[in-house]
Amino acid sequence: MINVTATPALPLGDDALILSHRLGEWAGHAPVLEEEVALANIALDLLGQARVLLSLAGDEDELAYLREERQFRNLQLVEQPNGDFAHTIARQLYFSTYQELLFEHLAAGESELAPLAGKAVKEVAYHRDHAEQWTIRLGDGTDESHTRMQRALDTLWGFTGEMFEPVDGLEAVSWATLHDAWTTRVTAILGQATLTIPEGPQRGAWTAGAGRQGIHTEPFGRLLAEMQHLHRSHPGATW
Amino acid sequence: MTTPRPTEGTATAGETTTRPTDWPLWEVFVRSRRGLSHTHAGSLHAPDAEMALRNARDLYTRRSEGVSIWVVPSTQVTASSPDEKDSFFEPAGDKPYRHPTFYEIPDGVHHL
Repeated sequence: MINVTATPALPLGDDALILSHRLGEWAGHAPVLEEEVALANIALDLLGQARVLLSLAGDEDELAYLREERQFRNLQLVEQPNGDFAHTIARQLYFSTYQELLFEHLAAGESELAPLAGKAVKEVAYHRDHAEQWTIRLGDGTDESHTRMQRALDTLWGFTGEMFEPVDGLEAVSWATLHDAWTTRVTAILGQATLTIPEGPQRGAWTAGAGRQGIHTEPFGRLLAEMQHLHRSHPGATW
Repeated sequence: MTTPRPTEGTATAGETTTRPTDWPLWEVFVRSRRGLSHTHAGSLHAPDAEMALRNARDLYTRRSEGVSIWVVPSTQVTASSPDEKDSFFEPAGDKPYRHPTFYEIPDGVHHL
């Protein structure tokens, strides 16, 4: 049985952990070496955040490697597969913009999350900038890159609504204000990139809105299997 | 209707249309701390100057090596020719009076 303290650090830590793992999947596959290093840097920043946050909720290794799928509280957005490079950038743009706004708010507060948020917000600002720079270049690039970037934004749009659902323990956050600020920023960047902000519901017909309750999408099981199999096969192994 | 989502396993598909070698080469100069001058750190590929600066940040300053970065298109660097080495550099070799070896360097001045 894994001891888990009820704290908002758990869902936020799961976001960072799972997105870190997804970005790590680019190692050896990124379009160019320079970009591979950039994605790995972002992944490592997120892993560092995850370690601090999960340690507030319990034992970081137990939480990462021994929980079942239904016990993870991350957003469904961050577990979505990397897809092509445009999908990865769209996921980064949506999530980093959200994370920066949320951490800015938390950093100004008094909660146990304030110190971590204050440190992480500088990292996240860079993640958001990285995603914005690529969004602009892909959107305002060739016909092919524009088409792919728009397709990625449209595909992931249905997972963005969940970000603004209230999180237990973060009652001081005004989620509607956060949502407005997020929409303003993303709209501005997409305009600069000659892309169109997707229309339609920000949640899927049956899946979205449930990651925080432990309901995840199909690709998440395979991600967990890869992330956890070593620890489960060789408990306590060291090198 | 299910929610569309990106498929797995396409990470390497379709990436072959743009070769990274299409991107220009940039020379990176890093100032390691205030008071020192920028020093050549290496080179990298990037589509434009802004991205070159970001790539340089990730490649050359991730272990706190710098406080400032310059990137310069490699094509803008005019280099001396190895063939002209003798006429360029040798005449300075036997002129020790050009070296400021006759001054006492005060304690605490490290980067003179």
